[in-house]
Amino acid sequence: MARITASVYTSHVPAIGAALDLGKSHEPYWQPVFQGYEYSKQWMKDNKPDVVFLVYNDHATAFSLEMIPTFAIGTAAEFTPADEGWGPRPVPKVIGHPDLASHIAQSVIQQDFDLTIVNKMDVDHGLTVPLSLMCGELDPKKDAWPCPVIPFAVNVVQYPVPSGRRCFMLGQAIRKAVESYDEDLNVHIWGTGGMSHQLQGARAGLINREWDNAWLDKMIADPVACADTPHIDYVREAGSEGIELVMWLIARGAMSDIVDGKVQGPAPVVKHRFYHVPASNTAVGHLILENV
Amino acid sequence: MALEKPYLDVPGTIIFDAEQSRKGYWLNQFCMSLMKAENREAFKADERGYLDQWAMTEEQKQAVLARDLNWCMRTGGNIYFLAKIGATDGKSFQQMAGSMTGMTEAEYRDMMIGGGRSVEGNRYVGEDGDAQAQHQPQGVAGKASSNKGN
Repeated sequence: MARITASVYTSHVPAIGAALDLGKSHEPYWQPVFQGYEYSKQWMKDNKPDVVFLVYNDHATAFSLEMIPTFAIGTAAEFTPADEGWGPRPVPKVIGHPDLASHIAQSVIQQDFDLTIVNKMDVDHGLTVPLSLMCGELDPKKDAWPCPVIPFAVNVVQYPVPSGRRCFMLGQAIRKAVESYDEDLNVHIWGTGGMSHQLQGARAGLINREWDNAWLDKMIADPVACADTPHIDYVREAGSEGIELVMWLIARGAMSDIVDGKVQGPAPVVKHRFYHVPASNTAVGHLILENV
Repeated sequence: MALEKPYLDVPGTIIFDAEQSRKGYWLNQFCMSLMKAENREAFKADERGYLDQWAMTEEQKQAVLARDLNWCMRTGGNIYFLAKIGATDGKSFQQMAGSMTGMTEAEYRDMMIGGGRSVEGNRYVGEDGDAQAQHQPQGVAGKASSNKGN
């Protein structure tokens, strides 16, 4: 059977992608950011997954205001990196896993989550920046990402976004779905976005290091309580775009210590934890958890 | 019965909810059109003419022409959509975000390198943090305007 062995959490700041693409990663401004992912790139090589289930949000790229799905699963065979206005990122196209994605869609919908099934979509920096951070720089033509990726897009652009609690429950449903897939597959689930940042208004540039780290402690050790964090706390404490952090709770909910909505199994092992301010407007947070 | 909107008392912040989204529908869809290179060219060649093809309000068009992102947001714009205008102008996300504070690009960048804007005094309208209405615009622009007042 397929199983989720690890979860990865990371910010997906677009400027990080631009720094890589423009060859700026060794500049003093960016060096500390990429230093924080050196361990992770090696870990990816040593623990190569068969599939990554990648939770991210679309930033007005594939989804305009014509349609705003709360949860959308990409079931296509491949996904093209999008032109977000600056031209497409020079990274390999993303190969999907249509069989596992369709299986998860069916199972999760039967567990009462109304997913939108997407058979055609371009993927933006929300998806490709985490891949670059974890897999390093790759040639768009000659290279390939190390494994297939199932994109899972969450609406965090138009309020109300799904609650942390619902995201946490969804993670549990995704794990059940993965574990009911017959083929032996090693699956990683990634939660991306955050941490504190605000991109708008007179409060732009807000960063809350203390809150971010306290939230992270809680997400690791007491995820049920963390999932109860109300939306307004993210907005007030971590900035209007800090609300992206609800997506991390999908990945956390899929870990094997969560049974019937409670922490009942052995706690996952923290393999790596990193925090840095700033990357452009944003606090970068990163975490790797492994199931025991 | 009115919907619960607990986010209206956060200073310097407009939450893009269903109401803002309805108001800003055509403004944001115009922005979306700038994802295509040929549309970016057409917009740059004749901004007013390009805007007139969209069912936007006159105020929304003026806000875009002025590149006043705070004004765009008040009329229903969302930053991820408005970012397409910035991309067309060759601006980074940091330049766009910074432009909404009144700070110069260097001032805003230095604030971020220094750890970002503090949340202290900026949680609720009526406190005294730097994002509060009484402290706008920020940076040297604010110092210049408060000197004028003296």
